Amino acid sequence: MSASRTIALSQLADIAGQANVSSAPARLAAYAIDGHTPSLAVRPGSAEEVAEIVKLAAREKLAVIPSGARTKLGIGRPPRSYDLALDMTRLDRVVAYDPQDLTLSVEAGIPLDRIAAELAAHRQFLPLAVPFADRATAGGTIASGVDSPLRQAYGTARDFVLGMEFVTGDGTAAKSGGRVVKNVSGYDLHKLMIGALGTLGVITRINFRTFPLPRMARTYAAVFRGASAACKFRHASAGSVLRLESLELLAAGGAGSGPLGETAGFPFEGDRWIAVVSVAGNDEVLERSRRELELLARGAGGSSLESFAEISGEGREKAATYIRDYPAAILRHAPSAAIFKISQLPTELEAFAERCKSLAMAWAVMMRGLGPTYLALLMRDVTKESIERLDSDRLGVFLPDERLPTFSLLFAPPEVKRDPNYRDASRRNLALLENLKKAFDPSGVLGPGRMRYEI
Amino acid sequence: MNSRLLHDLKKLLGPAGVLDQSEDLMLYEYDGSVELARPDCVVFPRQTQQVVEIVKLAVRHQIPIVGRGAGTGLSGGAIARQGGVVISFARLNRILAIDAENQRAIVQPGVVNSDLSAAVEHLGLHFAPDPSSQKACTIGGNVAENSGGPHTLAYGVTTNHVLALEIVLPTGELIRVGSAAMDAPGYDLTGVFVGSEGTFGLVTEITVKLTRLPEAVKTLLAVFDSVDDATETVAEITARGITPAACEMLDGWTIRAVEDYVHAGFPVDCAAILLMDVDGLREMVEAEAKDVAAVCAAHQAREVRVARDARERELLWKGRKNAFGAAGRLSTSYYTQDGVIPRTKLPVPLRRIGEIARKYNLQIGNVFHAGDGNLHPIILFDERNEQQFRDTVRAGDEILEFCIQMGGAITGEHGVGMEKDRLMPLLFSEADLALMRRVRDVFNPAGLLNPGKIFPTSKGCGEIYVRPQQTGAGPTASA
Repeated sequence: MSASRTIALSQLADIAGQANVSSAPARLAAYAIDGHTPSLAVRPGSAEEVAEIVKLAAREKLAVIPSGARTKLGIGRPPRSYDLALDMTRLDRVVAYDPQDLTLSVEAGIPLDRIAAELAAHRQFLPLAVPFADRATAGGTIASGVDSPLRQAYGTARDFVLGMEFVTGDGTAAKSGGRVVKNVSGYDLHKLMIGALGTLGVITRINFRTFPLPRMARTYAAVFRGASAACKFRHASAGSVLRLESLELLAAGGAGSGPLGETAGFPFEGDRWIAVVSVAGNDEVLERSRRELELLARGAGGSSLESFAEISGEGREKAATYIRDYPAAILRHAPSAAIFKISQLPTELEAFAERCKSLAMAWAVMMRGLGPTYLALLMRDVTKESIERLDSDRLGVFLPDERLPTFSLLFAPPEVKRDPNYRDASRRNLALLENLKKAFDPSGVLGPGRMRYEI
Repeated sequence: MNSRLLHDLKKLLGPAGVLDQSEDLMLYEYDGSVELARPDCVVFPRQTQQVVEIVKLAVRHQIPIVGRGAGTGLSGGAIARQGGVVISFARLNRILAIDAENQRAIVQPGVVNSDLSAAVEHLGLHFAPDPSSQKACTIGGNVAENSGGPHTLAYGVTTNHVLALEIVLPTGELIRVGSAAMDAPGYDLTGVFVGSEGTFGLVTEITVKLTRLPEAVKTLLAVFDSVDDATETVAEITARGITPAACEMLDGWTIRAVEDYVHAGFPVDCAAILLMDVDGLREMVEAEAKDVAAVCAAHQAREVRVARDARERELLWKGRKNAFGAAGRLSTSYYTQDGVIPRTKLPVPLRRIGEIARKYNLQIGNVFHAGDGNLHPIILFDERNEQQFRDTVRAGDEILEFCIQMGGAITGEHGVGMEKDRLMPLLFSEADLALMRRVRDVFNPAGLLNPGKIFPTSKGCGEIYVRPQQTGAGPTASA
């Protein structure tokens, strides 16, 4: 270890306590991102300690990456440098929960399942059915910007995060928003923190609006032959007066995609598209929703509708877990998969699905009813040839986004992420974005290079 | 004002596109708040490119630029506090595209809020944010202020419905942020832009979400003999997990003022009413209306009336939406506050507002977006009485200070503007404000866009001028 690292280590120990600082390679390996392992890790116990640590990092020019349960560190560009892992898991308190007011304030490192348990006692929930929900923290979920199937009814974090506290790159504790459900006092800086991967600030506290748990919910699966019928069903049901809790279109194809079908509980094969839709409400609403959804499925599918049925029990659990956990479920089967998120309009889904037919490698797709689409290309190994194959396959489905940013590479082997073909093509508003980064992080110590355009 | 700039502006827009005579400018020196400042000129671009050219000219001459929609705002957002060029978006008022399948519309900033909903009604859609001024206010203004409205309780405020923007920066650069498709990758510039009160850039095009109209709506009027019973009803409706589409409260004084003016059918001898919408699927609406009525009854509601038809529903809502106009009939001027508190604590600030009214010997009426804890106390005053005006501003500040003490905020939907800037330090630390200033400087480094807004200046409230004409009595100035 270099002299400066030794000094940093002792200063970190002064801030967070010896027991919460580590420089042991075995411990540090757990914080690695895309092949970069930090040389130090620290677990602060308070927002004040976080501020002190970031101040130290800015002074010593140490690149800092905050993390929670480390389930989604694969999302983002490979860091340009990475010296200090800032483990937020000791900031795990519920700061305030007012069930009557449907508002909740938590520290960033709290696991989502603890929040869920606490809210469930009051028949409330956060509509964050996100990947790795059994381990993921609130802060990591928000900072990584992952979305949830429940967005169909409840929106995304942008719609129900009321305010935040965070530490900017100069070690200053700041906040925006508040704890009330309606508020336009000052700029909505917390919106910038969502999906920013900790590159603008280290989130220390998040204020949420909570929601009453629906009394009853049902899930239905409509199995279609061909994407066209499935997309027609999407348009008909999303355009109806029914209130859908979630709506996803699923498909997978190619050799090796079979096990995914077993996980999801659906027999995937190339041209079979499965619409999974959930509704909630009282008995009358549920009964009517079932009736109308079935009619819509028959109308959209005609003879291409293989089946329409409620899924319950184990089948429902499998489908819900597959959808919620999408990237995780894919990565378990295909650790080298490249998983893209594509931002597209609902009317663009059908043409996209048709293009998936041209894929040579095994693939899996999940389209949200609202448009955002996940495409996994199931690479088996990471070689120069397989990366080339991936690239030619990918270009058949969607093109580099030169004009408008339209896709992100979420999870992929570092070799793929570093491939020049996967650097973000669009440079839209680059100077502005760089200046924004500087306003929050003047010395560039927060996750340098991690954000889009390698900011 | 610089005659060269004026000459260039007239050359660009034609003589009909520029106002610079003082009798014309008087119409642009105020909005719906109690603030006042006269611009040096008002310009009316018809094309985006003209906005770009105006901005370049003004910046070259180092003259402040202030965007303005319909001027219905309630915090002085569209007032040229330091003079300069007001850019009126009144003529950039076209709906550029309606995409029913994807539930999107692209509009110019001068499109009137309710015109968009009217244009898509035949498709079974609407633009959900519904400020009470929606028949006059523009969507560009809604974006600048992140406006709310009664139905934002269930549907969310403006920011929840804006996906992409075209913006003219003070450099004259025309940029696009966000995309019509959800989840445009990268930092959420759209999210931070909405509600920036004209201090980041001038919006020239807005891509919004359209929302499906509900199959059924029921409007309930609950009448109470005690304000506490009404506020406790709201708390329990929220706590039971019922989310009405709207949940508004009017106190007895306001009810009587409204009834005198609109004849909405509100009982004039009660202490408070709750006006609530439940909407959605027929089956759900029936059940929720029953649940709501039961909660009202459990809290001693004297009467719960369900509007029988659309006509009665519209009349009841007309009563609510004209509450501010009704106040304007009773007083030469009034001052509306916009504090927010945790909604379960509603009874407490109401009592405090009563104390403050007695302390300053002022009449204060109360209209609340009760369901989301957004208070709109209306303080009546006579602007010819300077002491009373000062007391009014002081009373307003005390109400907002109390909201902050309760864990709330100083503005729920009207914006900070030049009205509440001095209160920002009560809510935000110097570090918070410094960061916000740095973010503003990223977009607007020379500070020429809407200067003197949001951030506290060294001047106190003595700077607020009293408007010579009656304040905001028209139907457009409301919340």
